[in-house]
Amino acid sequence: MAKTKQDTHTLGALKPRADELLMKMMLIRTFEEKAEELYINGKTHGTMHLSIGQEATAVGASAALKEGDYLLNTHRGHGHCLAWFGADVNAMMAEFLGREAGYCRGRGGSMHIANVDTNNLGANGIVGGGIPISTGVGYSIKMRKTDQVCLTVFGDGASNEGAFHESLNMASIWKLPVIYLCENNQYAMSMSIKKSAAVERIATRASSYSMPGVTVDGNDVLAMYEAVCEAATRARKGEGPTLIEALTYRHKGHSRSDKQAYRTRDEVSEWQQRDPIRRWGAKMNLSDAQLDQLKEQAVKQIDASIAFAEASPEPSLDSVMEGVYA
Amino acid sequence: MFAGLKVGRFVTNLPTFKPANLQLIMRELTYVEALKEALRQKMQADERVFLFGEDIGVYGGAFGVTAGLQQEFGEERVRDTPISEAEIAGLCVGAAVTGMRPVGEIQFMDFVTLSMEQLVLQGAKMRFMFGGKATVPFVLRMPMGSGTGAAAQHSQSLENWFVHVPGLKVVTPSSPYDAKGLLIAAIDDLNPVIFCEHKLLYKMKGPVPEEMYSVPLSQSHVVRAGKDLTIVTYSGMVQRALEAASILAQEGIEVEIVDPRTLNPLDEKPIVESVKKTGKALVVHEAVQTGGFGGELVARIASSEAFDYLEAPIRRLAGLDIPMPYNRNLERASVPQVENIVDEARKLVRGKY
Repeated sequence: MAKTKQDTHTLGALKPRADELLMKMMLIRTFEEKAEELYINGKTHGTMHLSIGQEATAVGASAALKEGDYLLNTHRGHGHCLAWFGADVNAMMAEFLGREAGYCRGRGGSMHIANVDTNNLGANGIVGGGIPISTGVGYSIKMRKTDQVCLTVFGDGASNEGAFHESLNMASIWKLPVIYLCENNQYAMSMSIKKSAAVERIATRASSYSMPGVTVDGNDVLAMYEAVCEAATRARKGEGPTLIEALTYRHKGHSRSDKQAYRTRDEVSEWQQRDPIRRWGAKMNLSDAQLDQLKEQAVKQIDASIAFAEASPEPSLDSVMEGVYA
Repeated sequence: MFAGLKVGRFVTNLPTFKPANLQLIMRELTYVEALKEALRQKMQADERVFLFGEDIGVYGGAFGVTAGLQQEFGEERVRDTPISEAEIAGLCVGAAVTGMRPVGEIQFMDFVTLSMEQLVLQGAKMRFMFGGKATVPFVLRMPMGSGTGAAAQHSQSLENWFVHVPGLKVVTPSSPYDAKGLLIAAIDDLNPVIFCEHKLLYKMKGPVPEEMYSVPLSQSHVVRAGKDLTIVTYSGMVQRALEAASILAQEGIEVEIVDPRTLNPLDEKPIVESVKKTGKALVVHEAVQTGGFGGELVARIASSEAFDYLEAPIRRLAGLDIPMPYNRNLERASVPQVENIVDEARKLVRGKY
């Protein structure tokens, strides 16, 4: 039932958009690096979950979708937010720093960044928390008879939650337009998926729900793009949901407190060889100097977003009760 | 035990209709029929409204609230779900935040324990977490309460679990009239509403207007006027308090009964005003006492301006702190009965507490 997509070694259909997608990955990587720096310098209030190494899953997936589609995202979600339609890096950074100008007026922070105006229904602090919501979004789309789809992103750990079973089953029996994207970055905090799942490939779980299950190279933008395109086409035609397992890796720890005792340096450096940005750059035949130049642009943009965020006011204390009820 | 209330009592309390018109439009409906009429009228008026839950279609719901609606509105709008309470709540949240007006049913309130993540961590907080920019208008209906011999896993009153979660509204209708009007108001509301129906009220008959009307949320209601003691109670216990009040009236004790109807956000003023008038307060609910809504009511009264008017301690009468037993006599002894309310009220009024 489950099939695997290999590295394509080409830019394929994404050739005309290769620059744009590379730049998006650069921007995400730089956002994450600067976020960590801000944390180390005591500029942030809470922790964060960095997606360095996973940029291709975010950029490849959103490239395959249309404006007006829905996104539900994970706690390691900065990348998907920045890759999504109409993303505003200033509002992202302001939210990360807890400012009034942030996407959520500083109420959400790193784990709850959302932009309802662009149907980005938010990152989620609960592992698997977005999965049942996305099935509800799918039902809503079906009732409203639009050609939207809902992309719901979750990690390998979330596929062990009971809600995963309930949601995928329901989406399949009613043929809802949902794309279940499992970013398998190999670890749920410290727990290896090899130890926590009874199956080798999470995608094979799709067979229990009579939906296609596909494992893709999550560090290859084109492979991600093609898998999500196929799932989206199927969903828009009313044929139902797809489970995509994207194999990827987070270069950093789970969060700032992670000493990473559960994995080896060799393993980390092996995955770093499969860095999605370097691989995409190589496919584009870019030199290191060209990549450095793009990096510089990304740094400028992120630095400007930090300046914007730091200049924007903290939420006023007398607004603390706002937004509990409509 | 739960005989229908007299029309006259409601006529004087109706918020929107003039008594003169009521003769024409009132019928006697059961609580179940009143709820169904609310659902049907809202579904006819608003195509965004749809229903889903376990066995709500051909079966008509475990208590018959949705009987016939699937035949009328089709399978997509009256959807039988798998036994998946987490996802039933997920359907509420996901459909609501994308512009629909979902109304889910949890077959027994006890089973909502399986939905808590979606309700408490997602639906309730979404608007706040997103800076007030999301709207999550759904209703999740569920039958609460004991009295049916269903034992420990099908008899609980868990309303206060939800009261403790900012972002959720908690509604507990105690009559057919309120059931219809509050359900319509709940569906119209822009927030997640936990709609707690009482199993023993389902067959209760009472006057219900044919028209689509709403009973505003967060509006406490003086069900019975009196001068000697205020009883604050809701859901199934309102009927028992009314019965107790008739018995007490024969002894010359006039009880005032205030039904908050919406537990959160609570309309405190009518409760405080009543206690200022009577000087004595008894709080009654079926849910277990420890951590129950009664504690909140007592605290609200004690910290309000009514404190200076109190002539006796504020007392509460609630379910015993035990899981619900199966045996008929044990079950009956586990929650307040009419005679318990009469006893407590008498003690308070006569100063023998």
